[in-house]
Amino acid sequence: MYSYLEQELQSRFNLFKLWQQPPSKIPEFLKSNQRTIKAVVSNARVGADAQLIDSLPNLEIVASFSVGFDKIDLKRCEEKGIRVTNTPDVLTDDVADLGIALILAVLRKICPCDGFVRSGKWKDGDFGIVTFPCFLLQFSSKPVGIVGLGRIGSAIAKRAQAFGCSISYHSRTQKPLKHYKYYDNIVDLAKNCSILVVACSLTDETRHIVNREVIDALGPRGILINVGRGAHVDEPELVSALLEGRLAGAGLDVYEDEPEVPDPLLRLDNVLLLPHVGSDTVETCNSMADLVLANLEAHFNSRPLPTPVI
Amino acid sequence: MTCPPVHPYLVEALEKRFTLHKLDSVPDKAQFLSSHRDSIRAVVGNAAAGADAELIDQLPKLEIVSSYSVGLDKIDLAKCKEKGIRVTNTPDVLTDDVADLALGLMLAVLRRLCESDRYVRSGLWKKGVGFNLFLLQFSGKTVGIIGLGRIGMAIAQRAEAFSCPISYFSRSQKPGINYKYHPSVVDLAANCDILVVACALTPETRHIINREVIDALGPKGVLINIGRGPHVDEAELVSALVEGRLGGAGLDVFQDEPNVPEELFKLENVVLLPHVGSGTVETRQAMADLVVGNLEAHFLNKPLLTPVV
Repeated sequence: MYSYLEQELQSRFNLFKLWQQPPSKIPEFLKSNQRTIKAVVSNARVGADAQLIDSLPNLEIVASFSVGFDKIDLKRCEEKGIRVTNTPDVLTDDVADLGIALILAVLRKICPCDGFVRSGKWKDGDFGIVTFPCFLLQFSSKPVGIVGLGRIGSAIAKRAQAFGCSISYHSRTQKPLKHYKYYDNIVDLAKNCSILVVACSLTDETRHIVNREVIDALGPRGILINVGRGAHVDEPELVSALLEGRLAGAGLDVYEDEPEVPDPLLRLDNVLLLPHVGSDTVETCNSMADLVLANLEAHFNSRPLPTPVI
Repeated sequence: MTCPPVHPYLVEALEKRFTLHKLDSVPDKAQFLSSHRDSIRAVVGNAAAGADAELIDQLPKLEIVSSYSVGLDKIDLAKCKEKGIRVTNTPDVLTDDVADLALGLMLAVLRRLCESDRYVRSGLWKKGVGFNLFLLQFSGKTVGIIGLGRIGMAIAQRAEAFSCPISYFSRSQKPGINYKYHPSVVDLAANCDILVVACALTPETRHIINREVIDALGPKGVLINIGRGPHVDEAELVSALVEGRLGGAGLDVFQDEPNVPEELFKLENVVLLPHVGSGTVETRQAMADLVVGNLEAHFLNKPLLTPVV
């Protein structure tokens, strides 16, 4: 847990640190503390599924240190009258920044180039990376397709426009105020862009929204950027497309089974692999922590919750 | 005659139209220049090597220097003017790419992209080894730009989309520009979070980033150089980074390419690139077309496409 958040929780509440329990001891731990636990603080990786909710009969609120709530059984919470909060807005800019960073780093091969310099190869006159065939690709003016035009998707669009990129998108419904080209299906979106960015929330409908058909439509000169959730993408299909050259590259901050990253990706230089750091800046983590704390305090003082989901 | 390293597409295009001599594949340069002094009418230079006074003097039939770069610091412009030698470069076609890379460097340094990528590839994330990274936000940070020409403006426009307030220094204040002007580089450095060098290299701007500027930028500041290596006092920059007096740096150019100070290799708050600012497939082709286009125009007595002199 983010140390600032842990410290604050410890000083203001009675904190039970589930992450310090070995997995086999968890059921026992929950059982012995089930009467006292009234709140759960979750995150992108570990949420509150039906099993956990059921084992805590006095649970009143789940406050997530994330904007995504795919790891929380909302239905179960609703049934039991449990409140759920998340951390929207404060992390929008950071995730959007990272989306653009991934695009630039993949197209311009920033990290392989940095590695090339640090290895001493440039000095030795081995111009490998800087002569041709040179796979450094331009970002400016490329068509960008965004899946999900919520807060994060819109912030990505705004930034990409400044690079002269045309913006198109796919979402459940067309957004009347946004003058970007809308596609009512993701395959058409993929066909008509060079850079496809996943920025929607993870639901049953969007699981594996990026599948073989979409990857084929994006094509061998296209790149995929995922700042959503790993489960948005059919990972084995993505891996084989990259290995077989059916996709030009990928920038990934999330994976189907974090922290596992498919082994073949570790050897490719046309991918950038980040450990789910979309909102991990000092500034934003502090803001997210403050929101979690504010939601908990509001709840226990019977005040309106700042950022409720339910 | 060309100077290395040269893009194969450009070499091919030149060979098709002209008699091409590649200076880098010549064992004895002095001898070569002496025996070809009467036949060489054009030189194709680049960011690494152009046409200094010495070379110009050795080629009495030289009519045009066509540079595969926008920078002219490797060409003795005064001498060319004196001798009536035309000079061309490759402006505009590379503006977007260089500006893109400047933003790429800012994001890579602040968000520690390469360190994070290495962390994943090393298997440490999988092993559950903690990641105590000092990742910093980019959005909203003040960006200070030295030189508000084509590239500087393109950088400003991009950074604005990240809600970054923009300030700048240049030889004179630009009318009609809404960005904050600072009358000195030290002043600019003291008042921004990220300082970007985007001006041309001239005798006045050599070492424009010196100890004083670095101190003003400070331990939380980041320097981005997509100009020329000599814009920065490299020794001062290295010691500032090693001693923690500067927060980080993103560098695409160095004082003596391809040599890069090895003390930088151990630092995680720097990103080091091998002068690839304009190095995309698309742009290198457009630059090559401009070089060839200028040469053809010259030899056909037509107006030059992008003349400097």
